[in-house]
Amino acid sequence: MGILDKHVVLEKNATLLLVGSLLVVTVGGIVEIAPLFYLENTIEDVEGVRPYSPLELEGRNIYIREGCYVCHSQMIRPMRDEVERYGHYSLAAESQYDHPFQWGSKRTGPDLARVGGRYSDEWHVDHLADPQSVVPESVMPKYAFLLDKLIEPKYIQDVMKTNRIVGVPYTDEQIANAEADWLSQADPDGDNSDVDALQARYPKAQARNFDGKPGVSEMDALIAYMQMLGTLVDFSTFTPDASR
Amino acid sequence: MSKKPVEKKDPETTGHEWDGIQEFNNPLPRWWVWVFYLTIVWGIWYTIAYPAWPMIKGATAGYLGYSTRAEVAEEIERFKGMNSELEAQLASADLNTLTPGSDLHNYAIQSGRATYATWCSQCHGSGANGAVGYPNLLDNDWLWGGALEDIQMTVAYGIRSEDNDDTRYSEMPAFGEDYLSDEEIAQVVAYAMSLSPVTKDAADMSLVADGAVVFADNCSSCHMEDGTGDRSQGAPNLTDAIWLFGEDKAAITAVISEGPYGVMPAWSGKLTDSQINAVSAYIHQLGGGE
Repeated sequence: MGILDKHVVLEKNATLLLVGSLLVVTVGGIVEIAPLFYLENTIEDVEGVRPYSPLELEGRNIYIREGCYVCHSQMIRPMRDEVERYGHYSLAAESQYDHPFQWGSKRTGPDLARVGGRYSDEWHVDHLADPQSVVPESVMPKYAFLLDKLIEPKYIQDVMKTNRIVGVPYTDEQIANAEADWLSQADPDGDNSDVDALQARYPKAQARNFDGKPGVSEMDALIAYMQMLGTLVDFSTFTPDASR
Repeated sequence: MSKKPVEKKDPETTGHEWDGIQEFNNPLPRWWVWVFYLTIVWGIWYTIAYPAWPMIKGATAGYLGYSTRAEVAEEIERFKGMNSELEAQLASADLNTLTPGSDLHNYAIQSGRATYATWCSQCHGSGANGAVGYPNLLDNDWLWGGALEDIQMTVAYGIRSEDNDDTRYSEMPAFGEDYLSDEEIAQVVAYAMSLSPVTKDAADMSLVADGAVVFADNCSSCHMEDGTGDRSQGAPNLTDAIWLFGEDKAAITAVISEGPYGVMPAWSGKLTDSQINAVSAYIHQLGGGE
Protein backbone atom coordinates (compact mmCIF):
# COMPACT_ATOMS: atom_id res chain seq x y z
CA MET A 1 0.00 0.00 0.00
CA GLY A 2 1.71 3.10 -1.29
CA ILE A 3 1.59 6.41 0.52
CA LEU A 4 -0.98 7.79 -1.90
CA ASP A 5 -3.26 4.86 -1.19
CA LYS A 6 -3.24 5.68 2.52
CA HIS A 7 -5.24 8.77 1.57
CA VAL A 8 -8.15 6.42 1.15
CA VAL A 9 -8.36 6.17 4.93
CA LEU A 10 -8.97 9.93 5.16
CA GLU A 11 -11.43 9.90 2.31
CA LYS A 12 -13.51 7.17 3.81
CA ASN A 13 -13.82 8.68 7.27
CA ALA A 14 -15.71 11.98 7.42
CA THR A 15 -14.60 12.89 10.95
CA LEU A 16 -10.98 12.17 10.19
CA LEU A 17 -11.24 14.27 7.02
CA LEU A 18 -12.66 17.17 9.03
CA VAL A 19 -9.91 16.97 11.62
CA GLY A 20 -7.29 16.72 8.88
CA SER A 21 -8.69 19.77 7.02
CA LEU A 22 -8.72 21.75 10.24
CA LEU A 23 -5.06 20.92 10.83
CA VAL A 24 -4.10 22.06 7.34
CA VAL A 25 -5.99 25.36 7.70
CA THR A 26 -4.40 25.91 11.10
CA VAL A 27 -0.91 25.51 9.74
CA GLY A 28 -1.75 27.86 6.88
CA GLY A 29 -3.12 30.40 9.33
CA ILE A 30 -0.09 30.26 11.56
CA VAL A 31 2.30 30.69 8.65
CA GLU A 32 0.33 33.50 7.02
CA ILE A 33 -1.07 35.46 9.92
CA ALA A 34 1.13 35.00 12.96
CA PRO A 35 4.27 36.57 11.43
CA LEU A 36 2.37 39.80 10.76
CA PHE A 37 2.38 40.43 14.48
CA TYR A 38 6.12 40.18 14.99
CA LEU A 39 7.84 40.89 11.67
CA GLU A 40 9.45 44.31 11.65
CA ASN A 41 8.69 45.04 8.03
CA THR A 42 4.94 44.84 8.54
CA ILE A 43 5.01 47.35 11.40
CA GLU A 44 7.38 49.89 9.93
CA ASP A 45 8.00 52.74 12.35
CA VAL A 46 7.48 56.09 10.65
CA GLU A 47 8.42 59.41 12.15
CA GLY A 48 5.61 61.91 12.56
CA VAL A 49 2.68 59.54 12.91
CA ARG A 50 0.76 60.32 16.08
CA PRO A 51 -2.64 59.46 17.52
CA TYR A 52 -5.49 61.79 16.51
CA SER A 53 -6.08 64.93 18.51
CA PRO A 54 -9.45 64.99 20.30
CA LEU A 55 -11.11 67.24 17.70
CA GLU A 56 -9.71 65.19 14.82
CA LEU A 57 -10.99 62.05 16.49
CA GLU A 58 -14.40 63.66 16.83
CA GLY A 59 -14.30 64.48 13.12
CA ARG A 60 -13.25 60.95 12.32
CA ASN A 61 -16.25 59.62 14.18
CA ILE A 62 -18.51 61.90 12.15
CA TYR A 63 -16.76 60.67 9.00
CA ILE A 64 -17.56 57.10 10.01
CA ARG A 65 -21.10 57.93 11.15
CA GLU A 66 -21.94 59.54 7.82
CA GLY A 67 -20.51 56.56 5.97
CA CYS A 68 -17.99 58.57 3.99
CA TYR A 69 -15.97 55.37 3.62
CA VAL A 70 -18.70 53.93 1.42
CA CYS A 71 -17.55 56.16 -1.43
CA HIS A 72 -14.10 57.33 -0.37
CA SER A 73 -11.07 55.18 0.23
CA GLN A 74 -8.09 56.26 2.29
CA MET A 75 -5.40 54.17 0.70
CA ILE A 76 -3.15 55.36 -2.07
CA ARG A 77 -1.87 52.25 -3.76
CA PRO A 78 1.75 52.00 -4.88
CA MET A 79 1.10 52.59 -8.54
CA ARG A 80 2.35 55.43 -10.69
CA ASP A 81 -1.06 56.82 -11.65
CA GLU A 82 -2.24 56.92 -8.05
CA VAL A 83 0.99 58.46 -6.78
CA GLU A 84 0.82 61.18 -9.44
CA ARG A 85 -2.77 61.99 -8.66
CA TYR A 86 -2.99 61.65 -4.90
CA GLY A 87 0.58 61.90 -3.65
CA HIS A 88 2.95 59.46 -2.00
CA TYR A 89 1.50 55.98 -1.59
CA SER A 90 0.06 55.25 1.84
CA LEU A 91 2.20 53.63 4.49
CA ALA A 92 0.79 51.11 6.91
CA ALA A 93 1.99 53.28 9.78
CA GLU A 94 -0.23 56.13 8.65
CA SER A 95 -3.31 54.22 9.66
CA GLN A 96 -1.82 52.49 12.67
CA TYR A 97 -4.03 54.47 15.05
CA ASP A 98 -7.18 53.95 13.01
CA HIS A 99 -9.76 51.79 14.72
CA PRO A 100 -11.28 50.77 12.39
CA PHE A 101 -9.07 51.68 9.43
CA GLN A 102 -10.69 53.51 6.52
CA TRP A 103 -8.74 52.00 3.63
CA GLY A 104 -11.72 50.87 1.62
CA SER A 105 -11.74 49.63 -1.93
CA LYS A 106 -14.71 51.49 -3.36
CA ARG A 107 -14.01 54.81 -4.98
CA THR A 108 -17.14 56.59 -6.10
CA GLY A 109 -15.36 59.73 -4.95
CA PRO A 110 -11.64 60.32 -4.88
CA ASP A 111 -9.23 58.84 -2.37
CA LEU A 112 -8.89 61.01 0.71
CA ALA A 113 -5.73 59.63 2.29
CA ARG A 114 -3.83 62.86 1.51
CA VAL A 115 -6.64 65.37 1.20
CA GLY A 116 -5.20 67.42 4.09
CA GLY A 117 -4.04 70.86 3.02
CA ARG A 118 -5.17 70.28 -0.52
CA TYR A 119 -8.14 72.61 -0.35
CA SER A 120 -9.01 75.63 1.76
CA ASP A 121 -11.38 75.34 4.72
CA GLU A 122 -13.83 77.54 2.81
CA TRP A 123 -13.83 75.09 -0.06
CA HIS A 124 -14.56 72.23 2.33
CA VAL A 125 -17.48 74.13 3.87
CA ASP A 126 -18.90 74.96 0.44
CA HIS A 127 -18.30 71.47 -0.84
CA LEU A 128 -19.70 69.58 2.14
CA ALA A 129 -22.74 71.84 2.36
CA ASP A 130 -23.50 71.60 -1.36
CA PRO A 131 -21.01 69.57 -3.40
CA GLN A 132 -22.62 70.52 -6.69
CA SER A 133 -21.96 74.22 -6.04
CA VAL A 134 -18.27 73.62 -6.68
CA VAL A 135 -18.28 70.34 -8.60
CA PRO A 136 -21.42 70.34 -10.73
CA GLU A 137 -20.91 66.77 -11.95
CA SER A 138 -20.56 65.38 -8.41
CA VAL A 139 -23.00 62.77 -7.11
CA MET A 140 -22.10 63.38 -3.47
CA PRO A 141 -25.00 64.01 -1.07
CA LYS A 142 -25.27 67.33 0.75
CA TYR A 143 -24.08 67.61 4.35
CA ALA A 144 -25.17 71.18 5.14
CA PHE A 145 -26.73 70.01 8.43
CA LEU A 146 -23.25 69.52 9.86
CA LEU A 147 -22.97 73.31 10.06
CA ASP A 148 -26.02 73.62 12.29
CA LYS A 149 -25.20 70.85 14.69
CA LEU A 150 -23.19 72.37 17.51
CA ILE A 151 -21.23 69.92 19.61
CA GLU A 152 -19.49 69.78 22.95
CA PRO A 153 -16.55 67.66 24.08
CA LYS A 154 -18.78 65.78 26.50
CA TYR A 155 -17.82 62.25 25.50
CA ILE A 156 -14.43 62.81 23.98
CA GLN A 157 -12.57 61.36 26.97
CA ASP A 158 -14.63 58.20 26.74
CA VAL A 159 -13.86 57.91 23.04
CA MET A 160 -10.15 58.28 23.72
CA LYS A 161 -10.25 55.75 26.54
CA THR A 162 -12.00 53.30 24.25
CA ASN A 163 -9.30 53.85 21.64
CA ARG A 164 -6.69 53.23 24.30
CA ILE A 165 -8.25 49.88 25.09
CA VAL A 166 -7.77 48.78 21.49
CA GLY A 167 -4.17 49.92 21.43
CA VAL A 168 -3.89 53.64 20.71
CA PRO A 169 -1.18 54.94 23.07
CA TYR A 170 -3.02 57.93 24.51
CA THR A 171 -1.24 59.08 27.65
CA ASP A 172 -3.03 59.94 30.89
CA GLU A 173 -2.05 63.54 30.27
CA GLN A 174 -3.65 63.53 26.82
CA ILE A 175 -6.85 62.07 28.19
CA ALA A 176 -6.94 64.47 31.13
CA ASN A 177 -6.57 67.44 28.76
CA ALA A 178 -8.90 66.09 26.09
CA GLU A 179 -11.63 68.68 26.55
CA ALA A 180 -9.18 71.57 26.74
CA ASP A 181 -7.36 70.42 23.60
CA TRP A 182 -10.64 69.89 21.81
CA LEU A 183 -11.68 73.47 22.53
CA SER A 184 -8.24 74.96 21.81
CA GLN A 185 -8.12 73.38 18.39
CA ALA A 186 -11.58 74.53 17.35
CA ASP A 187 -11.27 78.01 18.82
CA PRO A 188 -7.62 79.01 19.27
CA ASP A 189 -8.57 82.57 20.21
CA GLY A 190 -10.91 81.45 23.00
CA ASP A 191 -10.40 82.56 26.59
CA ASN A 192 -8.95 79.29 27.86
CA SER A 193 -7.32 78.15 24.65
CA ASP A 194 -3.73 77.01 24.71
CA VAL A 195 -2.61 76.05 21.23
CA ASP A 196 1.01 75.54 22.27
CA ALA A 197 -0.02 72.88 24.77
CA LEU A 198 -2.20 71.26 22.10
CA GLN A 199 0.67 71.18 19.61
CA ALA A 200 3.07 69.87 22.22
CA ARG A 201 0.75 66.92 22.76
CA TYR A 202 -0.22 66.60 19.09
CA PRO A 203 2.54 67.88 16.80
CA LYS A 204 1.33 69.49 13.56
CA ALA A 205 -2.23 69.86 14.93
CA GLN A 206 -3.91 72.73 13.09
CA ALA A 207 -5.95 75.05 15.26
CA ARG A 208 -8.46 77.49 13.81
CA ASN A 209 -12.13 78.10 13.30
CA PHE A 210 -12.51 75.62 10.48
CA ASP A 211 -16.03 76.44 9.34
CA GLY A 212 -15.68 80.20 9.89
CA LYS A 213 -18.83 80.35 11.96
CA PRO A 214 -19.28 80.92 15.70
CA GLY A 215 -19.52 77.84 17.90
CA VAL A 216 -18.02 74.42 17.32
CA SER A 217 -20.10 72.50 14.84
CA GLU A 218 -19.74 69.00 13.46
CA MET A 219 -18.46 70.75 10.33
CA ASP A 220 -15.50 72.12 12.35
CA ALA A 221 -14.60 68.67 13.61
CA LEU A 222 -14.95 66.99 10.21
CA ILE A 223 -12.83 69.62 8.46
CA ALA A 224 -10.20 69.45 11.22
CA TYR A 225 -9.99 65.73 10.46
CA MET A 226 -9.93 66.20 6.67
CA GLN A 227 -7.21 68.83 6.85
CA MET A 228 -4.83 66.59 8.79
CA LEU A 229 -5.30 63.49 6.66
CA GLY A 230 -1.97 62.37 5.22
CA THR A 231 -0.08 65.41 6.50
CA LEU A 232 1.78 63.82 9.41
CA VAL A 233 4.64 62.18 7.57
CA ASP A 234 7.16 64.55 6.03
CA PHE A 235 8.17 62.87 2.78
CA SER A 236 10.88 65.43 2.14
CA THR A 237 12.86 63.79 4.93
CA PHE A 238 11.37 60.30 5.10
CA THR A 239 12.30 57.76 2.47
CA PRO A 240 10.46 54.47 2.74
CA ASP A 241 12.61 51.36 2.58
CA ALA A 242 12.16 50.06 -0.95
CA SER A 243 12.43 46.42 0.08
CA ARG A 244 9.26 46.59 2.13
CA MET B 1 -34.22 -6.94 -8.04
CA SER B 2 -31.75 -7.92 -10.65
CA LYS B 3 -28.20 -6.89 -10.27
CA LYS B 4 -26.10 -6.10 -13.28
CA PRO B 5 -22.93 -8.04 -12.79
CA VAL B 6 -19.73 -6.13 -13.07
CA GLU B 7 -18.05 -7.11 -16.26
CA LYS B 8 -14.53 -8.30 -16.24
CA LYS B 9 -13.12 -5.48 -18.37
CA ASP B 10 -14.50 -2.80 -16.02
CA PRO B 11 -12.18 -1.28 -13.40
CA GLU B 12 -12.59 -2.11 -9.75
CA THR B 13 -15.41 -0.56 -7.82
CA THR B 14 -14.93 1.54 -4.72
CA GLY B 15 -16.83 -1.06 -2.77
CA HIS B 16 -19.71 1.31 -2.10
CA GLU B 17 -23.20 0.29 -2.98
CA TRP B 18 -26.33 2.39 -2.75
CA ASP B 19 -29.55 0.78 -3.76
CA GLY B 20 -27.69 -1.42 -6.14
CA ILE B 21 -25.69 1.39 -7.64
CA GLN B 22 -21.95 0.80 -7.54
CA GLU B 23 -19.13 3.27 -8.17
CA PHE B 24 -16.18 2.57 -10.44
CA ASN B 25 -12.85 3.46 -8.95
CA ASN B 26 -11.50 5.08 -12.13
CA PRO B 27 -8.10 6.71 -11.95
CA LEU B 28 -8.05 10.49 -12.42
CA PRO B 29 -7.35 11.60 -16.00
CA ARG B 30 -3.63 11.65 -16.55
CA TRP B 31 -3.53 15.25 -17.84
CA TRP B 32 -5.35 16.37 -14.69
CA VAL B 33 -2.93 14.60 -12.39
CA TRP B 34 0.05 16.11 -14.15
CA VAL B 35 -1.42 19.63 -13.97
CA PHE B 36 -2.00 19.04 -10.29
CA TYR B 37 1.62 18.04 -9.72
CA LEU B 38 2.72 20.99 -11.81
CA THR B 39 0.80 23.45 -9.63
CA ILE B 40 2.59 22.03 -6.59
CA VAL B 41 5.96 22.50 -8.24
CA TRP B 42 4.96 25.99 -9.39
CA GLY B 43 3.81 26.85 -5.84
CA ILE B 44 7.16 25.90 -4.38
CA TRP B 45 9.03 27.83 -7.09
CA TYR B 46 6.83 30.85 -6.45
CA THR B 47 7.66 31.00 -2.76
CA ILE B 48 11.34 30.89 -3.63
CA ALA B 49 11.14 33.46 -6.42
CA TYR B 50 8.95 35.99 -4.61
CA PRO B 51 8.88 37.29 -1.04
CA ALA B 52 7.16 34.60 0.97
CA TRP B 53 8.55 32.65 3.90
CA PRO B 54 8.41 34.40 7.25
CA MET B 55 11.68 34.17 9.19
CA ILE B 56 12.64 35.62 12.55
CA LYS B 57 13.26 39.22 11.45
CA GLY B 58 11.62 39.44 8.07
CA ALA B 59 10.25 37.45 5.20
CA THR B 60 12.50 35.94 2.55
CA ALA B 61 13.01 38.44 -0.26
CA GLY B 62 12.84 35.94 -3.09
CA TYR B 63 15.58 35.51 -5.71
CA LEU B 64 13.78 37.70 -8.26
CA GLY B 65 14.10 40.62 -5.82
CA TYR B 66 10.56 41.80 -6.45
CA SER B 67 9.29 44.77 -4.43
CA THR B 68 6.12 46.79 -5.03
CA ARG B 69 7.76 49.93 -3.74
CA ALA B 70 10.84 49.55 -5.88
CA GLU B 71 8.67 48.82 -8.89
CA VAL B 72 6.55 51.95 -8.52
CA ALA B 73 9.65 54.09 -7.87
CA GLU B 74 11.25 52.66 -10.99
CA GLU B 75 8.15 53.30 -13.06
CA ILE B 76 7.95 56.90 -11.89
CA GLU B 77 11.65 57.38 -12.65
CA ARG B 78 11.21 55.92 -16.09
CA PHE B 79 8.51 58.43 -17.04
CA LYS B 80 10.43 61.25 -15.39
CA GLY B 81 13.43 60.30 -17.45
CA MET B 82 11.40 60.36 -20.65
CA ASN B 83 10.15 63.85 -19.89
CA SER B 84 13.22 65.21 -18.14
CA GLU B 85 14.48 67.26 -21.06
CA LEU B 86 11.16 68.99 -21.63
CA GLU B 87 10.62 69.39 -17.88
CA ALA B 88 13.95 71.11 -17.47
CA GLN B 89 13.30 73.40 -20.41
CA LEU B 90 9.84 74.23 -19.15
CA ALA B 91 10.97 74.96 -15.59
CA SER B 92 13.25 77.74 -16.78
CA ALA B 93 11.33 78.79 -19.88
CA ASP B 94 10.03 82.27 -20.47
CA LEU B 95 6.41 81.37 -21.09
CA ASN B 96 5.89 84.35 -23.36
CA THR B 97 8.36 83.01 -25.85
CA LEU B 98 6.92 79.52 -26.25
CA THR B 99 6.14 78.96 -29.88
CA PRO B 100 2.66 77.53 -30.35
CA GLY B 101 2.97 74.15 -32.00
CA SER B 102 6.48 73.52 -30.71
CA ASP B 103 7.14 70.40 -28.66
CA LEU B 104 7.66 72.43 -25.53
CA HIS B 105 4.43 74.37 -25.96
CA ASN B 106 2.55 71.20 -26.70
CA TYR B 107 4.02 69.52 -23.62
CA ALA B 108 3.18 72.53 -21.46
CA ILE B 109 -0.46 72.56 -22.54
CA GLN B 110 -0.96 68.80 -22.28
CA SER B 111 0.75 68.34 -18.92
CA GLY B 112 -0.83 71.59 -17.73
CA ARG B 113 -4.22 70.10 -18.49
CA ALA B 114 -3.39 67.04 -16.36
CA THR B 115 -2.10 69.20 -13.53
CA TYR B 116 -5.21 71.36 -13.76
CA ALA B 117 -7.51 68.34 -13.60
CA THR B 118 -5.72 66.98 -10.55
CA TRP B 119 -5.21 70.10 -8.48
CA CYS B 120 -7.35 72.95 -9.76
CA SER B 121 -10.59 71.53 -11.12
CA GLN B 122 -12.21 70.95 -7.73
CA CYS B 123 -12.64 74.70 -7.24
CA HIS B 124 -12.44 76.20 -10.71
CA GLY B 125 -14.48 73.42 -12.31
CA SER B 126 -13.37 70.62 -14.59
CA GLY B 127 -14.14 72.89 -17.54
CA ALA B 128 -12.50 75.89 -15.81
CA ASN B 129 -15.83 77.69 -15.76
CA GLY B 130 -15.63 78.38 -12.03
CA ALA B 131 -18.38 78.37 -9.43
CA VAL B 132 -19.90 80.84 -7.03
CA GLY B 133 -16.92 82.23 -5.11
CA TYR B 134 -14.39 80.52 -7.39
CA PRO B 135 -13.45 82.52 -10.49
CA ASN B 136 -14.15 81.43 -14.02
CA LEU B 137 -10.86 81.09 -15.88
CA LEU B 138 -12.31 81.07 -19.37
CA ASP B 139 -13.30 84.71 -19.56
CA ASN B 140 -11.20 87.86 -19.71
CA ASP B 141 -12.21 89.11 -16.28
CA TRP B 142 -9.17 88.70 -14.02
CA LEU B 143 -9.00 89.69 -10.37
CA TRP B 144 -5.21 89.79 -10.16
CA GLY B 145 -4.27 90.03 -13.83
CA GLY B 146 -4.45 87.70 -16.80
CA ALA B 147 -1.00 88.00 -18.30
CA LEU B 148 1.17 84.88 -18.17
CA GLU B 149 3.36 86.23 -15.38
CA ASP B 150 0.29 87.25 -13.34
CA ILE B 151 -1.27 83.81 -13.65
CA GLN B 152 2.05 82.18 -12.85
CA MET B 153 2.42 84.29 -9.72
CA THR B 154 -1.12 83.54 -8.56
CA VAL B 155 -0.58 79.81 -9.04
CA ALA B 156 2.80 79.80 -7.31
CA TYR B 157 2.01 82.00 -4.33
CA GLY B 158 -1.71 81.69 -3.99
CA ILE B 159 -4.20 84.25 -2.78
CA ARG B 160 -4.45 84.92 0.96
CA SER B 161 -2.64 81.64 1.45
CA GLU B 162 -1.58 81.06 5.00
CA ASP B 163 1.48 79.06 4.19
CA ASN B 164 3.19 81.46 1.83
CA ASP B 165 4.59 84.85 2.78
CA ASP B 166 4.66 86.05 -0.81
CA THR B 167 1.01 85.35 -1.33
CA ARG B 168 -1.27 87.91 -2.96
CA TYR B 169 -3.10 89.63 -0.18
CA SER B 170 -5.92 92.07 0.25
CA GLU B 171 -8.92 92.03 2.49
CA MET B 172 -12.28 93.59 1.89
CA PRO B 173 -13.64 94.77 5.24
CA ALA B 174 -16.88 93.38 6.61
CA PHE B 175 -18.75 96.66 6.24
CA GLY B 176 -21.73 95.39 8.16
CA GLU B 177 -19.79 94.93 11.37
CA ASP B 178 -18.56 98.43 12.22
CA TYR B 179 -18.38 100.65 9.22
CA LEU B 180 -21.77 101.09 7.67
CA SER B 181 -25.36 101.09 8.86
CA ASP B 182 -27.91 98.78 7.28
CA GLU B 183 -29.34 101.79 5.48
CA GLU B 184 -25.99 102.75 4.03
CA ILE B 185 -25.38 99.18 2.95
CA ALA B 186 -28.72 99.07 1.15
CA GLN B 187 -27.74 102.30 -0.60
CA VAL B 188 -24.33 101.12 -1.69
CA VAL B 189 -25.76 97.77 -2.83
CA ALA B 190 -28.17 99.69 -5.06
CA TYR B 191 -25.30 101.76 -6.42
CA ALA B 192 -23.07 98.75 -7.06
CA MET B 193 -25.95 96.98 -8.82
CA SER B 194 -26.52 100.03 -11.00
CA LEU B 195 -22.94 99.78 -12.27
CA SER B 196 -23.22 96.35 -13.85
CA PRO B 197 -25.23 95.68 -17.00
CA VAL B 198 -26.72 92.47 -15.58
CA THR B 199 -28.00 93.97 -12.33
CA LYS B 200 -28.81 97.49 -13.55
CA ASP B 201 -32.50 96.82 -14.00
CA ALA B 202 -32.86 95.26 -10.54
CA ALA B 203 -31.17 98.14 -8.74
CA ASP B 204 -33.32 100.32 -6.49
CA MET B 205 -32.89 103.63 -8.33
CA SER B 206 -34.15 105.71 -5.39
CA LEU B 207 -31.09 104.70 -3.34
CA VAL B 208 -28.48 104.99 -6.07
CA ALA B 209 -27.65 108.67 -5.54
CA ASP B 210 -27.00 108.19 -1.81
CA GLY B 211 -25.18 104.96 -2.57
CA ALA B 212 -22.77 106.80 -4.86
CA VAL B 213 -21.72 108.95 -1.90
CA VAL B 214 -21.20 105.91 0.35
CA PHE B 215 -19.26 104.23 -2.46
CA ALA B 216 -16.99 107.24 -2.97
CA ASP B 217 -16.23 107.38 0.76
CA ASN B 218 -15.72 103.69 1.43
CA CYS B 219 -15.18 101.66 -1.71
CA SER B 220 -13.45 103.80 -4.28
CA SER B 221 -9.96 103.42 -2.85
CA CYS B 222 -9.87 99.80 -4.00
CA HIS B 223 -12.63 99.52 -6.58
CA MET B 224 -11.72 102.93 -8.09
CA GLU B 225 -14.05 105.89 -8.43
CA ASP B 226 -15.65 104.51 -11.57
CA GLY B 227 -15.94 101.01 -10.07
CA THR B 228 -13.59 99.39 -12.57
CA GLY B 229 -11.52 97.81 -9.84
CA ASP B 230 -7.81 97.57 -9.24
CA ARG B 231 -5.90 94.44 -10.12
CA SER B 232 -2.93 95.30 -7.94
CA GLN B 233 -5.24 94.78 -4.95
CA GLY B 234 -7.39 92.07 -6.43
CA ALA B 235 -10.37 94.40 -6.32
CA PRO B 236 -12.87 93.23 -8.93
CA ASN B 237 -14.25 95.36 -11.68
CA LEU B 238 -17.86 96.11 -10.67
CA THR B 239 -18.94 97.50 -14.00
CA ASP B 240 -18.78 94.25 -15.93
CA ALA B 241 -21.37 91.50 -16.10
CA ILE B 242 -19.61 89.19 -13.63
CA TRP B 243 -20.50 88.81 -9.97
CA LEU B 244 -18.24 86.26 -8.36
CA PHE B 245 -20.44 85.68 -5.32
CA GLY B 246 -23.81 85.87 -7.05
CA GLU B 247 -25.71 88.63 -8.78
CA ASP B 248 -28.88 88.88 -6.70
CA LYS B 249 -29.40 91.58 -4.12
CA ALA B 250 -29.08 89.23 -1.15
CA ALA B 251 -25.72 87.88 -2.32
CA ILE B 252 -24.30 91.34 -3.00
CA THR B 253 -25.55 92.56 0.39
CA ALA B 254 -23.91 89.57 2.08
CA VAL B 255 -20.59 90.28 0.38
CA ILE B 256 -20.59 93.92 1.45
CA SER B 257 -21.73 93.19 5.01
CA GLU B 258 -19.56 90.17 5.73
CA GLY B 259 -16.57 90.80 3.49
CA PRO B 260 -15.49 88.00 1.20
CA TYR B 261 -12.23 86.23 1.97
CA GLY B 262 -11.54 83.88 -0.89
CA VAL B 263 -8.44 81.75 -0.42
CA MET B 264 -6.40 80.08 -3.12
CA PRO B 265 -3.60 77.79 -1.91
CA ALA B 266 -0.01 78.53 -2.85
CA TRP B 267 1.23 75.76 -5.11
CA SER B 268 4.94 76.51 -5.14
CA GLY B 269 5.72 73.87 -2.52
CA LYS B 270 3.36 71.26 -3.87
CA LEU B 271 3.89 71.49 -7.62
CA THR B 272 7.23 71.65 -9.40
CA ASP B 273 8.31 74.79 -11.26
CA SER B 274 7.62 73.10 -14.56
CA GLN B 275 4.14 72.06 -13.41
CA ILE B 276 3.38 75.64 -12.34
CA ASN B 277 4.58 76.91 -15.70
CA ALA B 278 2.60 74.25 -17.51
CA VAL B 279 -0.64 74.95 -15.71
CA SER B 280 -0.17 78.71 -16.15
CA ALA B 281 0.33 78.25 -19.88
CA TYR B 282 -2.71 75.97 -19.99
CA ILE B 283 -4.95 78.48 -18.20
CA HIS B 284 -3.62 81.35 -20.28
CA GLN B 285 -4.63 79.70 -23.55
CA LEU B 286 -8.13 78.74 -22.37
CA GLY B 287 -9.59 81.94 -23.76
CA GLY B 288 -9.06 84.86 -21.45
CA GLY B 289 -5.29 85.12 -21.35
CA GLU B 290 -3.84 88.56 -21.95
